[in-house]
Amino acid sequence: MATTTMALHLSRISTHININIRLLSPITTSTQKHLQRNLRFSPNTFRPRTSSFFATTAFRRCPPRPLASTSQDCSYSCETKEERYDVIVVGGGHAGCEAAVSSARLGAKTLLLTLNIDRIAWQPCNPAVGGPAKSQLVHEVDALGGEIGKIADRCYLQKRILNLSRGPAVRALRAQTDKREYALEMKKVVESTPNLSIREAMVTEIILGKNENVEGVRTFFGMNFYAPSVVLTTGTFMSGKIWVGRASMAAGRAGESASLGLTENLQHLGFETDRLKTGTPARVDCRTVDFSGLEPQHGDEEVGWFSFDPDFQIEREQMCCYLTRTTKNTHQLIKDNLHETPTYGGWVEAKGPRYCPSIEDKIVRFQDKDSHQIFLEPEGRNVPELYVQGFSTGLPERLQLPLLRTLPGLENCSMLRPAYAVEYDFLPAHQCSRSLMTKKIEGLFFSGQINGTTGYEEAAAQGIISGINAARHSDGKSLIVLERESSYIGTLIDDLVTKDLREPYRMLTSRSEYRLLLRADNADSRLTPLGREIGLIDDRRWQLYQDKQGRISAEKKRLKTLRISGGELAADVAVLSSQPVKDFSTLESLLKKPHIQYKVLDKHGFGNEILSKEEKECVEIDIKYEGFITRQQAQLKEISHQQHRPLPEDLDYYAMTTLSLEAREKLSKVRPQTIGQASRVGGVSPADITALLIILETNRRKAHDLKRQKMLLKIKEDSEKHVSELAVSQSSTS
Amino acid sequence: MNPTTNPSSSRKDQTLILTQDERLNSNPVEAKPVQESSTIAAIVTSVGGRAGAVGIVRLSGSSAVAIASRVFRPMRKKKRDCGGFDNWRPKSHFVEYGVVSDFQGNVVDEVLAVPMLAPKSYTREDVVELQCHGNDVCLHRVLRACLEAGARLAEPGRGGFSALVKSLRRQCIELLTEIEAHLDFDDEMPTLNCNYLVDTIQSMCRDVDQALETGQYDKLLQSGLQVAIVGRPNVGKSSILNAWSKSERAIVTEIEGTTRDVVEASITVRGIPVTLLDTAGIRETHDVVEKIGVERSEAVAMGADVIIMAVSAVDGWTSADTELLERIQINQKTKGSSAPLVLVINKIDCAPSISMEKFKGEGNPFNKHVLTCATNSQGIQELESAIAEIAGIHQIAAGGRRWTINQRQCEQLVRTKEALLRLKSSILDDLPLDFWTIDLREAALALGQISGEDVSEEVLSNIFSKFCIGNVPLIDGFKELDAHTESSSCQTSFEDMHKDFRSCMNQHNIGEGEKKKLNGLDSTELSEYMLHFDPFAVASSISQSLLPAAPQPRPCRLYFSSFSSEA
Repeated sequence: MATTTMALHLSRISTHININIRLLSPITTSTQKHLQRNLRFSPNTFRPRTSSFFATTAFRRCPPRPLASTSQDCSYSCETKEERYDVIVVGGGHAGCEAAVSSARLGAKTLLLTLNIDRIAWQPCNPAVGGPAKSQLVHEVDALGGEIGKIADRCYLQKRILNLSRGPAVRALRAQTDKREYALEMKKVVESTPNLSIREAMVTEIILGKNENVEGVRTFFGMNFYAPSVVLTTGTFMSGKIWVGRASMAAGRAGESASLGLTENLQHLGFETDRLKTGTPARVDCRTVDFSGLEPQHGDEEVGWFSFDPDFQIEREQMCCYLTRTTKNTHQLIKDNLHETPTYGGWVEAKGPRYCPSIEDKIVRFQDKDSHQIFLEPEGRNVPELYVQGFSTGLPERLQLPLLRTLPGLENCSMLRPAYAVEYDFLPAHQCSRSLMTKKIEGLFFSGQINGTTGYEEAAAQGIISGINAARHSDGKSLIVLERESSYIGTLIDDLVTKDLREPYRMLTSRSEYRLLLRADNADSRLTPLGREIGLIDDRRWQLYQDKQGRISAEKKRLKTLRISGGELAADVAVLSSQPVKDFSTLESLLKKPHIQYKVLDKHGFGNEILSKEEKECVEIDIKYEGFITRQQAQLKEISHQQHRPLPEDLDYYAMTTLSLEAREKLSKVRPQTIGQASRVGGVSPADITALLIILETNRRKAHDLKRQKMLLKIKEDSEKHVSELAVSQSSTS
Repeated sequence: MNPTTNPSSSRKDQTLILTQDERLNSNPVEAKPVQESSTIAAIVTSVGGRAGAVGIVRLSGSSAVAIASRVFRPMRKKKRDCGGFDNWRPKSHFVEYGVVSDFQGNVVDEVLAVPMLAPKSYTREDVVELQCHGNDVCLHRVLRACLEAGARLAEPGRGGFSALVKSLRRQCIELLTEIEAHLDFDDEMPTLNCNYLVDTIQSMCRDVDQALETGQYDKLLQSGLQVAIVGRPNVGKSSILNAWSKSERAIVTEIEGTTRDVVEASITVRGIPVTLLDTAGIRETHDVVEKIGVERSEAVAMGADVIIMAVSAVDGWTSADTELLERIQINQKTKGSSAPLVLVINKIDCAPSISMEKFKGEGNPFNKHVLTCATNSQGIQELESAIAEIAGIHQIAAGGRRWTINQRQCEQLVRTKEALLRLKSSILDDLPLDFWTIDLREAALALGQISGEDVSEEVLSNIFSKFCIGNVPLIDGFKELDAHTESSSCQTSFEDMHKDFRSCMNQHNIGEGEKKKLNGLDSTELSEYMLHFDPFAVASSISQSLLPAAPQPRPCRLYFSSFSSEA
């Protein structure tokens, strides 16, 4: 497998550290052979019934040949109804939309199959985007040229920056969004993207080619759609089942049918599936809530943005959220009825998200806490629905309203939708490589909840990567892998494919070891160059990006050279930082002092008016935390050299007697691509990694020596030949 | 025959066990499995330094009393049968007088035994202190007797150090976990106790410091400490040397410039060998001999680990002293040395009230100052402790750490310490919690390097360079062969190549057998040999022979076992 390494220079955060993004070529020798074999056929002379021919030669590029022209070439039989694409995306949720849009934008003829076109980009749970760690994902998707950030910026009801005082790496933007508007806006984008078709369908089968490669999908009603790349983003729909109390029905979401049959097909193909559970709280009618005694939560006065594109940074009127708390009665009611909940009653075994626990989980797990915060959040500008955040429950419907009414402010509320839990099939993602292509079937990609994640942001992050890679795969290009250290997206995918996760995975800031380098403010300088290289960043956006970076570096230069002596600024800085200010201090050195922000420079007229608020923040962070940033880069460098060492694909772990039994088993199962990944596989100890490294080094040295020996052999042969030739020539002369 | 022998032998086995059991059963205290006990023994008073009047051997653990009763014989129960198996039933916190005898019954020392029974003791386990005569020999013999009686030496070998590193790393990771959990789940967790965090970090700092001091102590034990005494003429440098070394090593007169050459005297400070260097008084002089002496003095001062600058209390701080100090500082700057300076104000008997104001506050070049009167040895003690403190040996001597650290470990410890110091300053600067994690992670990373929990490139290459010696020469040899092939390929005579190969093999440590074999070969045989030469077989055979002497980390042993199966 040919591997090229593309060094991505992050113009702002680093020039000395290259975050390597490996482009793995998807074309294995087997497909190449296949390709050569098939190329012998001419399309007019022979068309096989199975469409393996089309699947492997469908490397049509933008502008793709219109479907009509293909059909004109051949007879008007039923076979022509087969529809051929470059990429098929199954599912129109947050992963599916990003995948379909990015794939289509890269020039791949893309088909988006969804169960219900009216529910494209639906936010079935909390209509909110961002939050700790998740906001970084959104910024990163935007930096690569994705949609989620722009839509959230366009449809927000309220925005707040969380963790403001906890450092730039954990600062997070969170937006409450208008659920219906969000879906509508995303649908508009999907519908208006060139190269992208939408179709309602329930996919029940994956059509395979001869080489364990994907050729297309078959739907419930018997349609076949063909493409060399298929992205599955089935969300909670695969064999979905919703629960309210003990009552259950087959459904992907309340009121929407589940997708049946695909799980069995995937199992038949040899995939391991498992089951997960998640839930959503009740919705109440805001007209029946008494807000007078509740603590209001207003949005920020200065709004932050997910998208780096100023065209999408349009301020709008904000709505208010409210804070209430659980009471003694809430806790009592739950404790009295624990047996009525699926988890504690014991009739649902699937594991729910630990990090987004139901209210009964919270009360059972945090016995000592006598109250939990509950947020009341609007679901839209024109609907009365309120989302009761932190109050998801598996209790039967008859108990839900009494439970809601134990909350202050909700004493007389009426419930619009009951809380419910949903159980669904997922495919443990160790079956995918870091490109999100499955290891088993070439051309088949998984994204979103099917990989065991939870959250729109996680889904979108996987969606854009699988969309990019699906398009690249259909085009015969190398696949893109984001290294763990490059981004939260990389961290997310690395965790998914290396750790054998058995509960819904939510992105957390603590999951990233080097989060100070992976901030929201530098997501663009980390990933936009890559987005440009891939082809998702257009000229306008690229220009914007370059201008911004130019302004930031010019400003940093200015602050480094401009010196002040005395004056109001110096006095103010001395007071604020309680540190003395020396004469001829540079503005940079002032900014480095504790409690001094760029605002202070602005206040005394030393700021730079050309810079936007975000740009000033970038400058401030770069200067203020320079020491920490360089230190973390050094740490990263220390580990990354070794971590990125690739592991040969054909390693026989079972033959490595020096590894622990558990490590042999786990490594054989996960088959990590690098040493770093191997070290993160559960059950693999540092001693195992040492042993593995030694085996690798031994193998390398052996190979090296073998080469030397061969060379020696050749020398010997040559010299013997030379000697004999000499002898011959001598004898001939004599 | 067989049927009879078998039961008898098995019965014999049984009876053997039974007699032992019976014996143990007869003595309820002894019934505890003393041999497997985790009861530890250590000399807790200082060893190696100036002997104290009393030295203490402490036993701690569940079998402390049992072990003590094997070695300690109280005098009050003299009438009872002795021999170490006395059923000593001590009363907690009551001192008893008696003797310690070794397992042969020879009396080792007269001691006071202080039993402190669980849980009212330092360790909350049974503790018995044996207060012996404060002599190293006595103490070690008592300790040995305890060890023979079943105690385990506290912190044996490297164990103590690796345990310390592991616990430090664990603490780092615990703190990291705590902080990071708060970053993500602040609402759901009890509020973070910053004081606790700061305290933990402080105590970690102390542990690292101590470990580093131990390293320092080891270094000092090996290399000793050079202390140069410099000063103007006639301030009493030689008297200080004499008083300190309790000798008349240097000639002392009233005449300025008596000491012309460097005079050495060896002393011990807290067990560390210290070389005192008395130097000629530094001044402008036209005397040729004295001039050379002054030059030598300056050279010696520059090479010393600690410089003592002596001034006279009678004259106070003079301009000549300032000049001298400046000279020393300039010399230090140019040579890049940073030996600490100690100010000794001598002859305080002649001028009891000397103004010390000059040496307080900022800009004081001296790390310490001491008032002495060399003629009656006043202040020499203080001088000694000042030196000890500066050299970082003040705490170690009191502790009982019994391990050494190597250069690599020391580097990582320094890295850990730096990270913790930065962490402290982050806390002081009110930086957000998230920043704490960066340096905590750095500390954990460094500690992981010591404990082997993080595999670094360096460790790995160490493994290969240390244990695959056979590989290297061979590759070198091939390199030379490569050079041949590149330069003249077929033109080179095969004979030359053989010569190279031979010399290569001879040069490097290939093993006598192989060498002999090699030298006895003719050119065709040698070609054969070269082609079938398996570097790994040689490497492993060499390494195998080296292995017993070299430490064997687990991976290496595995490495060779994998070799032999493959080679």
